[in-house]
Parts: sequence; C-alpha cells; structure tokens
Amino acid sequence: MTAAPTRPVAAALALCALGGAMALQAARDQAYPRGDAARNRVLYVRSPAAMKRLTFGFEALAADVYWIRAIQHYGGDRLEKRERAQARRYELLYPLLDIATSLDPYFNIAYRFGAIFLGEPYPGGPGRPDLAVTLLRKGIAAMPQKWEYYHDIAFVYYWRLHDYKAAGEWFQRAASQPHAPNWLPAVAASMVSRSSDRATARFMWQQLMRSEQAWIRRNAERSLLQLQALDQIDQLQAIVARAGRSAGAYSWYALTGRGMLSGVPVDPAGTPYSLDAFSGRVRVSSASPLFPMPSEPGQPQ
Amino acid sequence: MRAISIVAVNVFRESVRDRVLYNLVIFALLLIGASYVLGQLTAGQDVKIIKDLGLAAMSVFGLFIAIFIGIGLVSKEVERRSIYALLAKPVTRGQFISGKYAGLVLTLAVNVAAMTVGLYLVLGYMGWTETEAMKAGWEAPAADPALLKAVVLITVELMLVTAIALFFSTFSSPLLSAALTFGLYVAGRFNADLKNLDQVVNSRPTIWIARAVYHLLPDFSAFDVKTQVVHGLPVAAGYVATTAAYGGLYIVALLVSATLIFSRRDFK
Repeated sequence: MTAAPTRPVAAALALCALGGAMALQAARDQAYPRGDAARNRVLYVRSPAAMKRLTFGFEALAADVYWIRAIQHYGGDRLEKRERAQARRYELLYPLLDIATSLDPYFNIAYRFGAIFLGEPYPGGPGRPDLAVTLLRKGIAAMPQKWEYYHDIAFVYYWRLHDYKAAGEWFQRAASQPHAPNWLPAVAASMVSRSSDRATARFMWQQLMRSEQAWIRRNAERSLLQLQALDQIDQLQAIVARAGRSAGAYSWYALTGRGMLSGVPVDPAGTPYSLDAFSGRVRVSSASPLFPMPSEPGQPQ
Repeated sequence: MRAISIVAVNVFRESVRDRVLYNLVIFALLLIGASYVLGQLTAGQDVKIIKDLGLAAMSVFGLFIAIFIGIGLVSKEVERRSIYALLAKPVTRGQFISGKYAGLVLTLAVNVAAMTVGLYLVLGYMGWTETEAMKAGWEAPAADPALLKAVVLITVELMLVTAIALFFSTFSSPLLSAALTFGLYVAGRFNADLKNLDQVVNSRPTIWIARAVYHLLPDFSAFDVKTQVVHGLPVAAGYVATTAAYGGLYIVALLVSATLIFSRRDFK
C-alpha cells in the first residue's frame, strides 16, 4: 500500500541529490579553478614503443586519440592570443604526430599534416622543417611507394629550407614512384636548372589546392595569396622608389596625393600594406592574415 | 547433437535474461554520439575513426562477455549444485561442455552481428551525407565490405577467448579463471616478440624455448587486421582462412582438454 507513493518521492530525491551535486561541482570549479589547460599540455608517455605496448592491440584507436590531440594542440596554439602564447610554441606537435604514426604507420594524413605545419614558421607553426622531414621519412619507411611523401619532403627542402639541390633530388625520387603525376619530372628539372622562382612555387601550391583535404587546400590558398602579395609588393616597391621621399618621410597619403596610387593599397586578404616611413620598404602588415610572409625561395633568408 | 543444442539455447537464454545484450545499446549510443562529435574534432578523419572505434568496441565488448560469462559457465553450475540435476539427465560431460561453449558463442555471434549492422548503418549514413570531393580522399569507401574480414577474425578471436575461459572454468574458481584467461590473452597479444627473440638474444636454448612458447601460446595478434582493413590495404582471403582455421584447431584442442578435465571431476 505504501510502495506506490514512495517511488516518485525516491526518484525526486535522487534527482535533487544529483542536481545538488552538479551545482556544488560548478560552484567548486568556479571557486577553486584547477588549471586544466596546463594539464592538457602534458604528454605523459613520449615513447612510441612504450605506447604501442600500453595500447594493447588497440593501436589504431589510440592513434586516433593522439591525432585528435595533435589537431587540438595545433589549433589551440595557433588561435591563442600572441601575448599569452609566448611559452607555447607547438612543443607537443611533433611528439603527438610521432606517437600517432608509430601506433598507426599507415596514418597518411598525420604525415602530411606534419609535413605542412611542422615547417611553418612561428607563429603559424613551430618552424621545424627538420622534424617535418623526419616524420615524412618515417612515412616512407612504412609506405615506400607513396610518391606524396617524397614530394612533401622535396617541398619542405624547397619552400622552407631553400635547399634546391636536395629538393630536386627528392622531386626526382617522387617522380620515379608508381602513380606519380607526370608534372613531377618537370618540377625536378626546374629545381636543378633555375634554383626556383615564384612561378614554380605557384605551380606547386596550385597542385596542393587539388587536395581532397580542406585544411591542405586552405593552407595552399593562403600561400598562393602570399605569392600574390609578393608580386604586389614588388610593384608597390617600384612605385615608392620612383616617387622618392616626400617631406622627409614615405607615406601612402603622399603617393595618393600625387596621383601615383588611387588609395591605400591592400593585400589580397584585404589588409592595408605597411610602408616604413624611413626606409620606404613595403611590407605585409602584422595585422594581416597573411603575416608572417614566407622567406621567398631564391632570396636570402 | 540435440543435447548440445538444448544446453546451448539455455545458455543463450540465460545471457539474454542477464541483460548481456544491453551492451548493444551502449555500442549504438557510442557510435552515433561519436559520429556526431568527431566531425568537429578530426580534420576530415571521422570515417576512419568511426571504423576504428566500431571495430575496437566490437572486440572489447566481446572480450568482456567472453571472459566474464565464460568463466562462470561451468563453475556457476557447480556452485549452484545444478550440475547434479544436469548430469543426471541423458547428457554426457562432453555434450555439456560443447553445449555451454556453443551457447556463449551464439550470444557473441548475435552480439557481433548486431554491432556489425549498426556500424554499417552509421558508416552508410556518413558516406551518404558526405560530398564527392571528400569521398575522393578516403582510402576506402565508408561502408567497405572489406571490414567484414576484420569482423570475421574478431569473431574467431572471441571464440578462442571463450574456449580458454571455459577451459579454465572446468578446474578453477571464477576469479582465478578470469585472471588466467586475461593473462593468456595478454601473453598471446605480445606473442610475436617471442618469435623474434633471436634478434636480441644469442643463446640457442633460450631461442628454442621462446619459439616453443610462441607456438604453444594462442597467437592473438594474428587475428588483428583492423588497421589494414580501415586503411583499405589488402588482406588476403587466404590469410583470413588460415588464421580462422588456426583458431578453429586451437578451440578444438581446448574443448577436448576441457572435456577430459571435466570428465575426471568427481561431484560426489
């Protein structure tokens, strides 16, 4: 007779207790912050071999977890405000990708992600092209016929390290792999003969624009805009040189006043270029999404 | 045969009564939840990760069922003293062991089959909603039939774990059986290291002993082709057939040994 009314009461009591616990947890977290962000940056096991043992036959799933961590780590550091990010220089990006690719040696996208972003200079990446090459060599050891890895190493040598001889050799190796595209031998020859130019760089980024991965396409798109900016800077620099210094300083307003420009020039991302008042040097503004600009192939770094 | 099927059906019914198949609900929630969340986190790798997750969950859930139910198959009957009533009926001890084994394998098979259907439904939906440009970058199609090779070997692996659990269950307590089964599973996972011991040790007798242990222990790592099928790498049908046959023979050896041990047990 008494069982029926007690059941809803018990359920309500359980719900109240659970709600109370949740409220208490929220209040405690607010009163005593636990610094979860710092804990997320700790990599407890750095040895890929040890991790392989610990995952116990579920290496692929563990590799997925490390891949997600690598993406979050990279994205977190990239989006972090610069003043807060001084101590954060993507220090876990390589170890995370190294473990992911050791656990799953066929994790194609992890090698290619590393190839592009490990070499990216700070603040866009850790500026470690050497580690990008190391990761890709590991990919080649796992899948020796994957022409993309040879191509990516060549690209790192060309675009980041400006070692055109090595780039040419790696493009040549990429061209000799099965299913390699027919434009690779031409690129390899271009490396050897001309030590590269913007047209070659543009061609290679355009090839990467065809990638099925949205983030590779986005990165290629940004690089193509940077190349476009470099062309525009050359033109603007010529105009500035022709105009000369006005009233002791270079300025866009002086140039537009003299009718040499129709307005303050903007880069392909829509941010005005900066003009150094004393040296007259035209640069991409540090506020532009295109900043920092790459050190141009064929130019001193 | 009739006696075996009666025992088997009863084991299956008991598993259903024990709500073992509730894990299917967890599996479904896990996959659906993961497919929703992963798209935001994985930079275009959600299909690969759903495949990894689905196959790993199949393996883990099955392993828990095989070990924790397998260890109680015989010992529970002895503890509850229902073994006396059972053996008084026209059921031989061999039929009893075979029936118990077949019942749990049936439970696992239903479980794996339902999980496979769930995994294909989620993958099919993901493939259906994805753009053609994105699909072009996949190493293998979303609802790839090759995944079935991994599913087949997971099933045989779980059948082998069940046979080991049942074997230990015929002569030891449930706790000890669980520990021994799990220990053998772990040892079998790292079995390949014993095969390659000659690369780190020079002593011939040590190498021979390691090789002997390698052949004696169940080679669980051989059943794992999850990574290959997820990446669309070829897994030869001959490999699947040979490994499945290896598992089958090992299971026969364990069931025969279990029957021999159980036949010698005195319940008076």
